[in-house]
Amino acid sequence: MALKFEVLGRFNRARAAQLTLPHYLCQTPLFMPVGTQGTIKGLTKNQLEEIGCQIILGNTYHLALRPTSELIDELGGLHKFMNWPRALLTDSGGFQMVSLLHLADITEKGVTFQSPVDGKPMLLTPEESIQIQNRIGADIIMALDDVVRTTITGPRIEEAMYRTLRWIDRCIAGIYVSEVWLNVICLGIYAIGGLAGGEDKDSFWRVVAQCTAALPEDKPRYVMGVGYPLDIVVCSALGADMYDCVYPTRTARFGTALVPEGVLKLKHQAMANDIRPIDPMCECMVCKNYTRAYIHCLVTKDAMGSQLLSYHNLYYMMKLSRDLHSSIVEGRFPEFVCKFLQTMFPKGDVPEWVCNAMEVAGIDISSCCREMRFDVDKSSTL
Amino acid sequence: MEQRKSPVRGSAAGQLSFPNSDSRSAPHNPQRPARFHLSGPPYLLSSFSGFSPAPVQPASLLPCFFSSLEGISPKTISNIGGLHQMLSLHQHIFAAVPRDSIIALPEHDSTNKYGASFQTPGGRLLIKPAEYVELVSSMKPDFWVTLADEVPAWVSDKRNRTSVDRTLRWLDDCLSLNKTGTTIFGSIVGGSSIEERHRCAQEVAQRNVSGYWIGGFGLGESMDERAALLTAVTDNLPEDMPRHVSGLGLPEEVLQGVAAGIDLFDSTYVYHLTLGGFALTFPLERNKGDNADYQLSDSGGDDMKINLKATIYRKDTSPIVESCNCFTCQNHTKAYLNHLFNVHEMLAQTLLEIHNTHQYLGFFCSIRKAIEEGKFEQFRRNFVESRRECLFAAASSD
Repeated sequence: MALKFEVLGRFNRARAAQLTLPHYLCQTPLFMPVGTQGTIKGLTKNQLEEIGCQIILGNTYHLALRPTSELIDELGGLHKFMNWPRALLTDSGGFQMVSLLHLADITEKGVTFQSPVDGKPMLLTPEESIQIQNRIGADIIMALDDVVRTTITGPRIEEAMYRTLRWIDRCIAGIYVSEVWLNVICLGIYAIGGLAGGEDKDSFWRVVAQCTAALPEDKPRYVMGVGYPLDIVVCSALGADMYDCVYPTRTARFGTALVPEGVLKLKHQAMANDIRPIDPMCECMVCKNYTRAYIHCLVTKDAMGSQLLSYHNLYYMMKLSRDLHSSIVEGRFPEFVCKFLQTMFPKGDVPEWVCNAMEVAGIDISSCCREMRFDVDKSSTL
Repeated sequence: MEQRKSPVRGSAAGQLSFPNSDSRSAPHNPQRPARFHLSGPPYLLSSFSGFSPAPVQPASLLPCFFSSLEGISPKTISNIGGLHQMLSLHQHIFAAVPRDSIIALPEHDSTNKYGASFQTPGGRLLIKPAEYVELVSSMKPDFWVTLADEVPAWVSDKRNRTSVDRTLRWLDDCLSLNKTGTTIFGSIVGGSSIEERHRCAQEVAQRNVSGYWIGGFGLGESMDERAALLTAVTDNLPEDMPRHVSGLGLPEEVLQGVAAGIDLFDSTYVYHLTLGGFALTFPLERNKGDNADYQLSDSGGDDMKINLKATIYRKDTSPIVESCNCFTCQNHTKAYLNHLFNVHEMLAQTLLEIHNTHQYLGFFCSIRKAIEEGKFEQFRRNFVESRRECLFAAASSD
């Protein structure tokens, strides 16, 4: 089935759109929680629906290992296996192989790595990656990319780029169902760079800006591995549409809640007697029923602590997605961005990279910043 | 939360009701009060019912408490408004019991004349009656049990007698310290001595309490001894007051308790089953000779439960129990649960606990129905005998 992507509203580079997939009608910008092994840690499908999850990401590498893509296929595909009625996206498996396993070699054929089961060398080709993903049966699958680390410079990057393009052609030849998405090299690089510190944010936004400017308007842009709410707002302003990250659920397991002001660390002693909800303005089940004090005492001792925080954090991310979509459609995106930044940086100390990115995105955030900075080198961005 | 002024009524009308909460009605046997089930440790209930998407039958709760609530002070619990508010379980009844079979085990060696000692993850804790009453009043449970000196079956007679004396003294302390007029169950101990059980029960029956908590079981005594000990207690208690036992969890133990006149049970049975990956499958409408489909003992299951971690379930797309109405059986397959257990995902525990609790509560429902129809003894006999048959069949098929 052909994917349908219809832009419903814009503000400069930012877009709000409707993405029609076989299993669900999605609204972008959107955030996709990561359900690594066929589940989002500790949350039931009902809860995920309640929260407003539209697409869940499944990790091809983990699923191929257990319970295997053949078993999933035999039982009717991942949707049926998990009983998830909405959309699913699988990655190519390439990222895990680089980050989790000893990387033996990347050749034109594919990625050779050590099998985690018996240590023998295994080859993942673009075709094989597609076959595995086809068996899993997600709405969106990813082409295998020649994955490089951001720290590498020089001709290796160019080699990787061209190889990825050749692999994409091989991938497309191998599909029989679902939409295959191109993991464009710049986004692929960012996925490895991941959640780096502030100094990398400057390169990060520039890369995203360049890619969104160069890519066709009528197809969605998915920035893998993003991330922090602030990053999502900036990337949406620059024209990206989809995001995935383990951050909200992982940070929940460390006792951290996402709030409009930033984060709230439930493990802190100060929370022990605080009988307010995590966020008094939040409408989620957790904030409507539980206090910080109670979650504080659960957080290190009981799985329910991290379940409650995962629920709240994902609710926050879904709400952020909905707010981005509706503010663009309703023509109040700049106001939304300003309010978001004011809440997060009440003292006006908006980071420089955000100011620079918003400048390029054409959004006036002077009301949020103590001082404006004009040192953007306009020739390096489009 | 409002004060509990009126006592609990475990009347012949078969209702156990508490002010300010929905009454729990149930079929009754004129000879015995109604049967209810209290579910296990706090986080057993909190880990599923806070999240159970489909409401599980209203159950109540909650053994303790101090150690599970490490990290939260009584004052804060009070400020939040008590347990119902804190756990956001307003439809449930809460009982505060000084024993949590998972994280606050009675440590009889360290208990002394000042207070009861418990072994908790945070270390050993000595609780005196006054502290206990203060803790309970901040939690505002629907009813609470007086502090007891529980001892296991093998202690000396002298130690056992001391435990009865102390428990009675603490009962009186708790009653006199109870300023808020809340509903109290008197604790009865006595270990494995019939005489001491008699003595303690007779003494407690004379106190002004609203029900009885029978402690010291599930601590090492055998099922055979237990029947006589239970009746030694219940024979001395007024018919129209509820009796609650902690620590009896196996279905056979529950049946034994019911036969002896027990109304309320709490145990960690469901919790431990779930932890091991076992799913309850007992056919609740069991007829003798029905259902000869015995599970192989290789996978560790039997006709009452299956081991979801076993490889035979890898591709099993059926629910745990076909006719089960729980969220897990309505939405998920054994294959999915098998996968979740094998990759150690949290969701496995959540889903399984929902199912096991549902099944276990259903078991209690069947018991009540059998009592109502006057067929309890037959129900119990059938249940125990088909269990024996199954084990025999499994053993002889090896």
